[in-house]
Amino acid sequence: MPANRFNGFTDYGVGIGLRIPHYQHIFEQKPVVDWFEIISENYMVDGGRPLYILDQILDQYRVVQHGVSLYLGSAERLNREHLRRLKDLVRRTKTPWLTDHLCWGSVDGRYTHDLLPMPYTFEAARVTAEKIRQVQDFLEIPIAVENVSSYAEFHISEMTEWEFLVEVVEQADCGILLDVNNIYVSSRNHGYDALEYVNSIPAERVAQIHIAGHSKFQKYTLDTHDHPVIEPVWQLYNRAIERCGSTATLLEWDDNIPSFEEVHREALKANRFLDQQHESAGLRPIAEVVSQSGAIR
Amino acid sequence: MSSQLLQLQRRMATAVMEPLTRYESTRKVRRDGVDMASEASEFIKPNISLTSLERLEIYNRQYWFRLYSSLEEDFPGLLAVLGRRTFERVMRCYLDTYPSTSFTLRDLGSKLRMYLSSHEELIGSKGKIALDVASLEWAHIEAYDAATFPAPEPEYFAGITDDSFLRLQPSVRLLELAYPVDDLLISIRQSIGSSDTSSNNASVIRKSSTIRRVGKISSTTLWLAVHRQEFAVYYKRLRLEEYRMLCAIQAGLPLGKVFETAFQGSTMDEASQAELLQEAFHQWAVLGWLCAPE
Repeated sequence: MPANRFNGFTDYGVGIGLRIPHYQHIFEQKPVVDWFEIISENYMVDGGRPLYILDQILDQYRVVQHGVSLYLGSAERLNREHLRRLKDLVRRTKTPWLTDHLCWGSVDGRYTHDLLPMPYTFEAARVTAEKIRQVQDFLEIPIAVENVSSYAEFHISEMTEWEFLVEVVEQADCGILLDVNNIYVSSRNHGYDALEYVNSIPAERVAQIHIAGHSKFQKYTLDTHDHPVIEPVWQLYNRAIERCGSTATLLEWDDNIPSFEEVHREALKANRFLDQQHESAGLRPIAEVVSQSGAIR
Repeated sequence: MSSQLLQLQRRMATAVMEPLTRYESTRKVRRDGVDMASEASEFIKPNISLTSLERLEIYNRQYWFRLYSSLEEDFPGLLAVLGRRTFERVMRCYLDTYPSTSFTLRDLGSKLRMYLSSHEELIGSKGKIALDVASLEWAHIEAYDAATFPAPEPEYFAGITDDSFLRLQPSVRLLELAYPVDDLLISIRQSIGSSDTSSNNASVIRKSSTIRRVGKISSTTLWLAVHRQEFAVYYKRLRLEEYRMLCAIQAGLPLGKVFETAFQGSTMDEASQAELLQEAFHQWAVLGWLCAPE
């Protein structure tokens, strides 16, 4: 199950997000990292330092692209210029799969630059699935959509968030980037059972998993990516791994970013669950498999 | 087109993009007179802890926090010249007139110089300096990630005539400024660094940088090339003749016209003109500013 058609039949292990404060450490120390996730939009430029840095990374590491502004759930048409630039980057990185969010963020050509929640309606699912199919056809690589953290729900919704996710991915025949931190954050904000969400996901479609930290306030929880992963989120991760098998996992840390070592150490905590999964499947621990296969760097 | 989905998204986007109050909260009444609490309750469900309006407010604040932070990061010089209060008022008016129409925040300030020049009443006594700083900061952004094309082969220069063409690298941006704001911006940028990133997390608070105080700057016309070397952006002051030639090359004129343009109205003797031409073209070739015609 870990290597499936939604992640290009790869088995990538545990990665971290590529962030500017870590560039110097990465180039000087050349740390062993299974893979890096890049934010596509930061490299969808014509030239200069962003692409130079990216090429240095690509020489030594495996990279997967993660987008923040395709807005697959927006009612308007896909932006052709965006897609063209994205395809150029896909050719450059050779990402085995590409992810973006199950959300909307633009309307009538105006962009909010936020990941706004979807109304969970059959119409929205149909529109979103159609756009995902168009993106897959154009980019010619598997797409996986990520569940977002949300702070609002709409009266017009006709199903739960996880029912909507399933409806979309089945109509689009695409993968899922399952963000267990987002499930936790949204479950706190909307009062649903996070475990029921994880248990309802079609495990065979999960291409990748995100983990992250968040911030709790008196009345709501915010997806800030500025803390370590809390234990309840690890437990959701554990359940996801039980259901999906050993799946490419990535830690997101976007604010108050600590040292490279600290971020990487936090990400590698995922291995305790991945190893358990491997053992229960009668396989060797992840680290041993990866070091012997020479699949890193 | 999906009517119910589109309708909801238009409604939500209008609410999210409505400017915040001075206390950075959602307005009670929208500028078109609509009561925000009633409007929010029409399409957003309340929950046990938050009203519909409070849930909307999370997105309304995130929208403005994200866009203000992006503009502040891209225009630290303008922030320093205007001061935070004026800068924020100007940015709010700008974004209200020109909301983002690009998938990338990199383009957010693309119309700022144009907007400021038609709304000088917003920028007060430092208006002209602010316009120059905005021009330079946008040129810096464009130079930073522009494409690079191959330089002409040496043989190309050997066979050059008045009818030949050259191109400038897209990373070379040319400016005529009324104030020497290049030194100001260099010192500001050195003190703050840069991040240049998109991400998908939410912010607890607005991120804002420390503002440097800007002293008096005397007016003096400056011709500037903003260019990139080894992935860093530099500012190079130009002589008027160099500036004119580079502008003519950028406009796609044949070299004969380029030379003619450079010395229009000039009292420089022919020997000095030839020396200037040789020196200028040599320097541009060394700096990699020239590329072969398409």
